[in-house]
Amino acid sequence: MKIKSLDELRKIKEESMEKVKLRQHGQGATEHIEVLIGMATCGISSGARETLNAFMKELGDENLDNVKVIPVGCIGYCHSEPTVQVNIPGETPVLYGNVKENKVHNIIEKHIKGGEPVKNMIINVDFERA
Amino acid sequence: MEKARTNIMVCGGTGCLASESEKVMKNLQLIAKARGYADEVEIIQTGCFGFCEQGPIVKIEPDNVFYVRVGPKDAKEIIDEHIIKGRRVERLLYKEPNEDKTINKQEDMPFYKKQLRVALRNCGLINPEDIYEYIAVGGYEALGKAISEMTREEVVEAVKDSGLRGRGGGGFPTGLKWEITKKQESDVKFMICNADEGDPGAFMDRSILEGDPHSVLEAMTIGGYVIGADKGIIYIRAEYPLAISRLRTAIEQAREAGLLGKNIFGTDFSFDIDLKFGAGAFVCGEETALINSCEGKRGEPNYKPPYPAQEGYWGHPTCVNNVETFANIPPIITRGAEWYASMGTEKSKGTKVFALAGKINNVGLVEVPMGITLREIIYDIGGGIQGGRKFKAVQTGGPSGGVLTENELDTPIDYDSLRERGSMMGSGGMIVMDETDNMVNVAKFYLEFTMDESCGRCTPCRIGTKRMFELLEKISDGKGTMADIDALKQLSYMIKGSSLCGLGQTAPNPVLSTLKHFPDEYMKLIKDVDTPTNNDHAKNKVKVNA
Repeated sequence: MKIKSLDELRKIKEESMEKVKLRQHGQGATEHIEVLIGMATCGISSGARETLNAFMKELGDENLDNVKVIPVGCIGYCHSEPTVQVNIPGETPVLYGNVKENKVHNIIEKHIKGGEPVKNMIINVDFERA
Repeated sequence: MEKARTNIMVCGGTGCLASESEKVMKNLQLIAKARGYADEVEIIQTGCFGFCEQGPIVKIEPDNVFYVRVGPKDAKEIIDEHIIKGRRVERLLYKEPNEDKTINKQEDMPFYKKQLRVALRNCGLINPEDIYEYIAVGGYEALGKAISEMTREEVVEAVKDSGLRGRGGGGFPTGLKWEITKKQESDVKFMICNADEGDPGAFMDRSILEGDPHSVLEAMTIGGYVIGADKGIIYIRAEYPLAISRLRTAIEQAREAGLLGKNIFGTDFSFDIDLKFGAGAFVCGEETALINSCEGKRGEPNYKPPYPAQEGYWGHPTCVNNVETFANIPPIITRGAEWYASMGTEKSKGTKVFALAGKINNVGLVEVPMGITLREIIYDIGGGIQGGRKFKAVQTGGPSGGVLTENELDTPIDYDSLRERGSMMGSGGMIVMDETDNMVNVAKFYLEFTMDESCGRCTPCRIGTKRMFELLEKISDGKGTMADIDALKQLSYMIKGSSLCGLGQTAPNPVLSTLKHFPDEYMKLIKDVDTPTNNDHAKNKVKVNA
C-alpha cells in the first residue's frame, strides 16, 4: 500500500504505535510479552542467534503464545552481548546481559512465567533516547 | 561565612559573562546584603557549566536548583522568593524544548545525562526489518514534513541552524554542503551515503545500518529533495553483509509503501536509492575515491577542486554524507534546529557516537553530547581500564588521528579541541590503551595499516609510508639510531605536506603524536646505539640524556 500523504502516515503511525509503546514505557494495548534480542554483528558473533533459537524453541515447547520474540539492532552494550530485553505490559522493561542459550530457560521460568526479573543478569540502562 | 547555609553559583564562563552574568552576581550580592542575608548565602562565581546556550546560569546549592537565562533584574526575585521564602522561581527553570515541562534539578536534564541517543535512537528498540515499527516511532514523518510542508530553502536553513557537522570526521557543516550542491545548475544530481567505514575500531555506521536502516533512507530522501536529486546511492563495503541485507529489506519495504520511488507522499518529487558495494579499501571513504569506485574505476582520489558538489558522480553535482550524519537529520526536521543546537559546544553541536574499544571494561557503542570529557567517556561510561591497570593513552580518529594522554583526559571533546591537540574526531573510533601497551608498536600498527591501504597513486604516500614503516621496524628491532628518528620526523612532514588526499596527509599522525607524547619509549629502543663511543664515523649518532 502506498502512503499518499502525511495524514495517512500519521494514521499508520497510530496503528503501529501499540507495537512499540510497550518497549519504552511498559504500556501496550495487547497482553503480549516481548523479548527483544540484539541481533547486530556484535550480538550475532557472541551467540545471539543461538539465544534466539533457544527462546523460540522453549516458548514453542511450552505453548507460550503470548510472547513475541523480536530481533533488534545493537543497543550499545557490546561488552555484554548477547543482550536481551524483556518487556512485560505494565512493568519497566528489563535488559539482560550475557544471555547465552543456557540462560534462556532461567529467564523464561523466572521472569516470563513467574514475573520476577532475574536480578544477577540485569544491566542498568544509562541512556536517554531523543 | 560560617553561617552560610546556601551557595549561589553564578556562571562566570565566557558565554555567560557576555550575557551579563557579572551584573547578575553583583545584584545578588547587593540584594542579599540589603535583606540582611549576606552572612547566610555565599555567592560564588564558577567556571562554565557547559550549557552556554541557556546562559547566564545560576545554580542554588544545596537545593540543586538550576536557573537559566537569568538577567540582572531577576536577582531580586531569586533572593526574595528562593532564599527567603524557599519557593522556586518557576519561570527561570529550564524548560525542555519539546515537552512543556520544567526541569529543576541538574541531573534530571537530558543535557547532563552522560548518554543521549539521537543517531542511535532506534537501535535496539525497533525491529529493523519491519517498516511499520519505524513508522511507529515517528519514522518518515520528517520526510513527509519536509516535502509537503517545507520549501527546499527551509530545510537547508533548518540543517544549517542545527549546526550539524559531518560525522565522518571531517566536520564540514552539513547544511552548507547541501546548500552548495543545491545551488549547482544541473538537471542530474546525486545524493551519496558514505557507508565505507574503514577506521580500525570504528563500528558506529554499521550498527546504525543494522539497527535502523530506514532512518538513513529517510534522510537521504530529504537530502535528495533539497539538492534536487532523484537518485541516491549507498556506497557500502561488502564486508558488511548483515547491514547490506537489512538495507535491501528496508529499501524494498520503503518502495512498497511509496516512500521511495515515484511521487513520494503524492507530490511530484521522486527519489530512489541503489546500493553499490566497495571492496573494503580504506581510501574509498575519501569522497572522490568513493565516487571513482562507484563509477567502476579504481578507488583512487582526485585533486580537489572541483569538489564533488560541483563535479561528482559521472560529472554531475553530488553530495556525499556519512551514515551517522544522515541518522541525525530526521530528528532535526521533526524536533527543530533549536533543539539540536541546544546540545553540544559552541562550534560542535549535537551528539556524537563513539565506538569504545581496547583495554576498557565496557566495550561498546556510546552516544554522548559534544563537549563531554574523555574522562567521562572512559571512566563513567566505559567503566575504566580492564584489570584495574593504569590508563596510558587513547587513540581517536583511527590512523588519521593521534593519541591523547592522561593530561588531556579533561578536554571537552569536539572537532576543534581534538584537532588542536594533534588528534581528530575521525569517525569516532576510540581505542583505549593501558600501561602495558607499547607506543612504538601502536605507531607501527597504524602505519602498517595505512601503508597497506595506500592506493599508490601519489609517491609520498606510496613510498613514504613504506620507508617510515621500515624505519619503525628498525627502531623496534633495537637497531635504530637518532638519525632514524630525525628521518622519521622529516618524512612525516614531507608526506603530510605533499600527499594527494587525506589518507597520506594524515598517515604520519600516529607516529608524530606518539613521538611527541612518549619519546622515552622510542629512546629506550635506541639507547644502546647512542652511548658515546670513539667511533668517528658515527656522525649521525647524537647523545641522548635518556
